[in-house]
Amino acid sequence: MMTRRLALPTLALTALLGAFLFDRADAWAQGLVADLSDHFVAITAGFTGTDVLLFGAVDEVGDIAVVVRGPERNVVVRRKDRFVGVWANSDELTFGGVPTFYALAANRPLGDLAPRPVLERNQIGLRNIRLNAIEPDVTEVEKARFADAFIRLQKKQRLYSDDLGAVTFMTGKLFRTRLVFPSNVPVGIYTVQVFLIRDGEVLSAQTTPLNIDRTGIGAEVYLFAHRHSAAYGALAILSALAAGWLAGQIFKKR
Amino acid sequence: MQIYLPIAEMSVDVLLLLGLGAAVGFLSGMFGVGGGFLMTPLLIFVGVPPPIAVASEANHITASSVSGVLAHWLRKGVDFKMGLYLLIGGMAGSSAGVWLFGILSERGQIDLAISLLYVIFLGIVGILMAQESVRTIRRRRRNAAPAKRIRQPRWIRSLPLKVRFHKSRLYISAFLPIGVGALVGVLAGLLGVGGGFILVPAMIYLIGMPSSVVIGTSLFQVVFVTANVTFLQSVQHQTVDVVLAFFLLLGGVIGAQYGARVGARLPGEQMRGLLALLVLAVAIKLLLDLVITPDDLYSLQVTGAAK
Repeated sequence: MMTRRLALPTLALTALLGAFLFDRADAWAQGLVADLSDHFVAITAGFTGTDVLLFGAVDEVGDIAVVVRGPERNVVVRRKDRFVGVWANSDELTFGGVPTFYALAANRPLGDLAPRPVLERNQIGLRNIRLNAIEPDVTEVEKARFADAFIRLQKKQRLYSDDLGAVTFMTGKLFRTRLVFPSNVPVGIYTVQVFLIRDGEVLSAQTTPLNIDRTGIGAEVYLFAHRHSAAYGALAILSALAAGWLAGQIFKKR
Repeated sequence: MQIYLPIAEMSVDVLLLLGLGAAVGFLSGMFGVGGGFLMTPLLIFVGVPPPIAVASEANHITASSVSGVLAHWLRKGVDFKMGLYLLIGGMAGSSAGVWLFGILSERGQIDLAISLLYVIFLGIVGILMAQESVRTIRRRRRNAAPAKRIRQPRWIRSLPLKVRFHKSRLYISAFLPIGVGALVGVLAGLLGVGGGFILVPAMIYLIGMPSSVVIGTSLFQVVFVTANVTFLQSVQHQTVDVVLAFFLLLGGVIGAQYGARVGARLPGEQMRGLLALLVLAVAIKLLLDLVITPDDLYSLQVTGAAK
């Protein structure tokens, strides 16, 4: 009993220290350092998407895989079916806690990086993202169909991508890649994981946070609409009345 | 030039929004209709999510109708008592519409409901209008006397709770304007339309109002009902994008000026025939979208934060 009580805080402290040390200086011991050109992406009124540069170095030659994951949400996937000639949503499946954004970059094809179990364990590659259905009674075949559709639709919106070969080595040890975020990118805290892979094994991994958030007037409007929605609604009506009246006045004089 | 819509959370071309506003404004100025029934499907077509399109279009209609109400009011073209009865129904109906909207979008059936309702109502109104304009044009050719007015259905006169409307010179059941207002209100809440395309024919043929007060009174109801929809959508779903509504209005007021000039030059029955064709075209397009096998049978909806 006594040892247990002691063991828990000690463990926690060690973990905390470890996390701290791992962050920068000690990372070299892991054979990998990487950082982003920006840790904050601001969505302003003129936002049309942006690029963030990721660069890093390895102490010995190896392969690099970069995984960007957006905030996790529940996503309902619906399938249409024909009812008396009309196409309507019928079957649906909810994937719990899936990343709303996922991008993979690597310096060589996925198959050459590491064996499948390693990729699966680290969720490297679109097919290796863990998709858990909330509904318990669903066949594997059905789940696979919905998962395929989910990934296809996310790719179509440019929210999921696997741009293999986008990581380039400049010398044998310095690498860089460009992370592309489209204009419809969801806001939230992202994680950028960099994996150093050698001989099909993940030697080390480093995780860097990236914050994507609205700023400026757009952010104010969004927050106001969500926090004080009644006042927002009233203001929307008043400004519509004022703008409509003003427009009428301007054109009446002509 | 791209602009980021803060509520829709997407960036669109400002010129596209101004162009949409101007095109729909032109048509509504030309035909004297609100244009919500064209704008909402167009917004959805260019990629605005249906909930945002419906709620923001309600906000846009409030703005584009207000100066019309004031103009008709000054010309004594608003029957306020009738407007009040329409509004009793309209407020209840639009509140119910917004509530239904929430339930349907949770179930993933809102897109279908919007399309089906559009097909049904635009189809009916379009066919009726086309029939009438063909009839008048034919009669004109034969130099026959103008048609007798379409009669009110008989059961309407037997409804209880009669009220006198001095301005419209009517003595009718209160249930009639309340019922019409409620139906149009539900459509406003669900479809983001003012409902003029239903309201105006219903006021003329069902209620039997004189045409001098029809447009002013319908605009009066439309302003308040769309304001109610704007408020409820804001509170319940946070889907009103004021930036989107603003740019639509900006394009719309300019387009409406030119539309009104063109409309003034065209004879009435031809105009009605053209409007009928336009309404039917929208209905047919939406019907085809429902019937033709879609490119992708699957769709996604992000529902909320993971636990």
